[in-house]
Amino acid sequence: MATVELTFSALPAHVRTARLVATAIARRTGVEESLLDEVRLAVGEACSRAVEAHRVHCPGEPVRIELRDDSGRFEVVVTDVAPSDDIEADLPSVVDQPLGMMPDPLAAGFGIAVIAGLADDVEVQASPKGMRIRMSWPAAANGLAAPA
Amino acid sequence: MDLKLDHRTEDRLTIVEVEGEIDVYTAPRLRELLIDLVNKGNFHLLVNMEKVDFLDSTGLGVLVGGLKRVRAHDGSLELVCTQERILKIFRITGLTKVFGIYASVDEAKEAHGRDK
Repeated sequence: MATVELTFSALPAHVRTARLVATAIARRTGVEESLLDEVRLAVGEACSRAVEAHRVHCPGEPVRIELRDDSGRFEVVVTDVAPSDDIEADLPSVVDQPLGMMPDPLAAGFGIAVIAGLADDVEVQASPKGMRIRMSWPAAANGLAAPA
Repeated sequence: MDLKLDHRTEDRLTIVEVEGEIDVYTAPRLRELLIDLVNKGNFHLLVNMEKVDFLDSTGLGVLVGGLKRVRAHDGSLELVCTQERILKIFRITGLTKVFGIYASVDEAKEAHGRDK
């Protein structure tokens, strides 16, 4: 298993960097080209959510992202230390709501709903100590460890 | 790529040209533009997203916010988008039912003209 870890200050400008790094490593790991847009968007959503949560609760704390090649899967784990509860992890049902009743997308965990629609394997763990979002996609069996 | 914004008014329709990435960093600029346009009396907006490389839920939130504002004035906010990667996020969130989405500016203008 090969792992890349990245921590970054909770600033919106850094989310793009995290997306670019994740996409580059996904490609290197052997994730299909057709899935790279999904990886980019899902990682961006997870990091955006974490950054916004940190800006509210703990702006001085960094957000952590781990990217690993694990037995033919490309796995990404985004971890924050902002207090969250299980309600936020519930996937909102916005489709049937009239526009006037539609909640603010970020506040309602819209990003997590998007991630759930993109990654075929998603696990969200929310606790008072923070949120951990793990997601994975199929990759080449020897992706990240293979020589260039 | 950063976000580039431009706008022009044709008849009663204000066309907003968006180019680049709409995410948590850049979306506030689009929000400010939409708010400014509405505050200046532009209630029929068409956002051309054909040159948008990336859109996340923050960007969706800005578009939903813009739609709420124009609807408060009996206006409209519609989109031009044919890129599958962008359309996918609208489908995942069910927002294809909320926004009018057209294949070209001309097609949207034609539809807008019919509705007047």
